[in-house]
Amino acid sequence: MSSRTSVGKSAAAPSATRPTSKIASRRQRWGYVYVAPFAAVFAVFLVLPLGYALWMSLHNKGIATAGRSVFVGADNYVKAFTDPVFLEGLWRVLRFVLVMVPVQIVVALVAALLLDTLATRLSRATRLLIFVPYAIPAVIGALMWGFLYSPRFGPAQDVFGLVGLAAPDFLSSANIFGSLVNIVTWQWVGYYMIIIYAALRSIDPSVYEAAVLDGADGRQIALRIKVPMISSSMVMIVVFALIGTLQFFTEPQVLRSSAQGAIPSDYTPNMYAFATAFNYSQFNYASTLAFSLGFLVFVGSYVFLFLTRKQSGLK
Amino acid sequence: MATSTLLSRSRTDRAARETSAPVGQGRRLGSHVVLVLLAIYFVVPLWWLAVASTKTNAGLFAGDALWFGSDFALWDNVTGLFTHQGGIYWTWFRNSFVYAIAGGVGATALSVLAGYGLAKYRFRGRSAFFALLLGSVMVPMTALVIPTFVLLSGMGLLNTMWAVILPSLLSPVGVYLVRVYAQDAVPEEVLDAGRVDGAGELRLFFQVVLPLLRPAIVTVLLLTTVATWNNFFLPLAVLRDPNLLPVTVGIYNWQALSNAGAGGEQVWNLIVTGSFLSVVPLVAAFLSLQRYWQGGLSLGSVR
Repeated sequence: MSSRTSVGKSAAAPSATRPTSKIASRRQRWGYVYVAPFAAVFAVFLVLPLGYALWMSLHNKGIATAGRSVFVGADNYVKAFTDPVFLEGLWRVLRFVLVMVPVQIVVALVAALLLDTLATRLSRATRLLIFVPYAIPAVIGALMWGFLYSPRFGPAQDVFGLVGLAAPDFLSSANIFGSLVNIVTWQWVGYYMIIIYAALRSIDPSVYEAAVLDGADGRQIALRIKVPMISSSMVMIVVFALIGTLQFFTEPQVLRSSAQGAIPSDYTPNMYAFATAFNYSQFNYASTLAFSLGFLVFVGSYVFLFLTRKQSGLK
Repeated sequence: MATSTLLSRSRTDRAARETSAPVGQGRRLGSHVVLVLLAIYFVVPLWWLAVASTKTNAGLFAGDALWFGSDFALWDNVTGLFTHQGGIYWTWFRNSFVYAIAGGVGATALSVLAGYGLAKYRFRGRSAFFALLLGSVMVPMTALVIPTFVLLSGMGLLNTMWAVILPSLLSPVGVYLVRVYAQDAVPEEVLDAGRVDGAGELRLFFQVVLPLLRPAIVTVLLLTTVATWNNFFLPLAVLRDPNLLPVTVGIYNWQALSNAGAGGEQVWNLIVTGSFLSVVPLVAAFLSLQRYWQGGLSLGSVR
């Protein structure tokens, strides 16, 4: 895309980096005025909480310390990374990443590729329908699927009955993993599809003409030309999905009450941190869990971007 | 690249594509079948929600889950929402609007100012701040909820509307999108021409820059409003007063109570109808604004 930036604009940019007069250099100070309001919110609601979480994770406070905060160094981190509940939660969201992210990306990619080759009224309507779930709050989405999965309310018995089968219990411990993957896929594929679709649309069609002249068929064009050309969008989507999945919270939290027993209160690291803070009022340990999770998500997405730096166009 | 050109370009592309894309009849049919199956999968839960909102509490358990029951109880359910717990559902609904609009408009305003400032002014610390911003896009927002809770508690803001609105003003992605967009959509020549004509920086911003940024503004507004409307973790943590909850947390509480089997709280029909009504505004907004967001959502992928 950046290759389409016109020459005139990029040529004009250097003149701004080298202010020629006092007025011009004074003008640059307006940058501070524009950035200041956001910078203030950034400092108070991002830098400060992160710093505070770090500080709290290095301290303990409770009956044992007579209600005062006492510096304990890395104690909380040692506790967290030897805490079987936290480690199991991490392993669980990792499994969700390994299943959920590829499923979402493949469905979104297939849908976008189909929509890109077809320009019919049906395909335009389908594009909208696939996207609509993105507008549905995650709470409502999880709640709806909870009803649909439910043996008491849901259509599963009727649908499976048509072919003479008994419906599985989607809310049992054995099936809850797949049921959650399905909810998240339903919710997010449309958003990813729109991003991929827009990237496909911005490819110059003359590329395809050349490919057709060289004897490429539709499948080859899709896999050998389209997918490589949109790799930076794909990388971005994977990062979004990765960040979202590692913080998994809303869907399992909402399904908890319908899926009795299948989802414990510490099912994911985020749920564990939430329960630790609000059910047990252990804010120091909860901060340690939240900070550790945030750090792992940051490192994970950074490593992924580093490994795919060729595709993403980032240096 | 400008979204407006992306949109107009795709229209001409489409005509060209239909002649150039080598899609045989058989494959076209197969593709359409896949599309229909996809459409059904994505629509069935919403269809279920619409149908179920017309059923009584007993009707939800009986009969065909995907088709209307014998009684059409939608209006009774809506009336029920006005009377159950003193009509608190509508308070939640109003709260959601307040949070979404205050959070969405506020976050968009801050993003537009900062994005434009970063794109068009070369001040000291600019690159460092932008690097910090890019890094923060990767910081999971839910990891901030617990420390933000403690911080708000220190400020005495827990259990107030501010506890939801103020943290919602932070949108690093919004700033990033506006910056990327403004880089190309606001040419330096136009700004310089305005300055030669004697316009001040603020006047330039309001009269020249804002109209040029309109597609980016709509996109960021849509993204931040949806994010605030759908937010669950933050209000769940920082609000205790039932009268301050947004719809998401309110309905979650009803559902948890109903599942717990508390005698007087089995209000499945109200949960379903309440969910249905809470979904309508956002779906309507998306459908009516589609020509803005369809190009705009791709902004982030434009590097």
